[in-house]
Amino acid sequence: MHLTPEATLEESGEWLGLVLAPDQAKSCLSRLRHAPEIEMDYLFCLTGVDWKTHFSLVYHLSSTQHRQTMVVKVKLDREQPEMDTVSDIWRTAEFHEREAYDLFGIRFRSHPDLRRLFLTEDWIGWPLRKDYEDPVNMIKL
Amino acid sequence: MRTRKVRSNGCEDMDPYMENANQTGQPASFPGQVHQTPGGGILISSLQDVVNWARSNSLWPLVFGTSCCAIEMMSTASAKYDWSRFGFEVARATPRQADVIIIAGTIVNKMAPVLKRLYDQMADPKYVIAMGACATSGGPFFYNTYSVVKGADHVIPVDVYVAGCPPRPEALLHALIALQEKIKSGSTREQIRIGESKH
Repeated sequence: MHLTPEATLEESGEWLGLVLAPDQAKSCLSRLRHAPEIEMDYLFCLTGVDWKTHFSLVYHLSSTQHRQTMVVKVKLDREQPEMDTVSDIWRTAEFHEREAYDLFGIRFRSHPDLRRLFLTEDWIGWPLRKDYEDPVNMIKL
Repeated sequence: MRTRKVRSNGCEDMDPYMENANQTGQPASFPGQVHQTPGGGILISSLQDVVNWARSNSLWPLVFGTSCCAIEMMSTASAKYDWSRFGFEVARATPRQADVIIIAGTIVNKMAPVLKRLYDQMADPKYVIAMGACATSGGPFFYNTYSVVKGADHVIPVDVYVAGCPPRPEALLHALIALQEKIKSGSTREQIRIGESKH
């Protein structure tokens, strides 16, 4: 597929995996959605992962027409994790990206309503990061 | 010695409590003393025992399941392990009509004031069962989590703890029967606070 020269495929997992750079990710995902032979119209999961040196976003896509599933991974910078929103491609990403923002602090550019989803609005910090400290609640072994 | 009551029209009927009466005329499974008064009535002494017996055999649980233990609670309520044999027939959705709250699931920091409010809305006498590891002590979320209360007894006083993650329905039934025995012996927190105890 003529996706992008920097994309790499990994076929070791259960589904086909695609690793993208963050600046081309949005256009590539849009093409995955709209290309008639791929037509990934169902984003069933969007999660963030903290690898201690960098973040990554994982998109699980599925095509209801062709009955295929694939995974797209985007590597993000640890100091300033930013990514374009995909909520204009898949509407469900609005809430998934709010969750990633709430727990990791990953900002999504041009997201219609980027605010915390599960935690209270006045919470300080990003709890699912590996360097999150909470001496009151978290007991370290 | 059977006791018969004779009605005015001459026919006899058997008092249902006295059908299995022992030699002294006391019914077999009824707590307290039964006195036959002339005229056919029954006067009961040891009122507190009777009240405790009645309360323990008709505890109505509050529908309160927050996570996976709720599935085991539902299966205890369903046909295979049926808890309505023991009197937990009606699971009320409103705390105003419930006697026992079975905390089936994890209590997070956001849920703790809700739990306290529900407990306050329940009418006396009320009892609490902490089901599962999360409600007992925070369970698998005791370390390294920012959001889970380490045990429901940080929020409300608990009578019976059930171990398990999740506990089997038989374990929950055992806890319910243990609560019934605690009520009959007068040793729940409520009863100790009020001061009625057999000891």
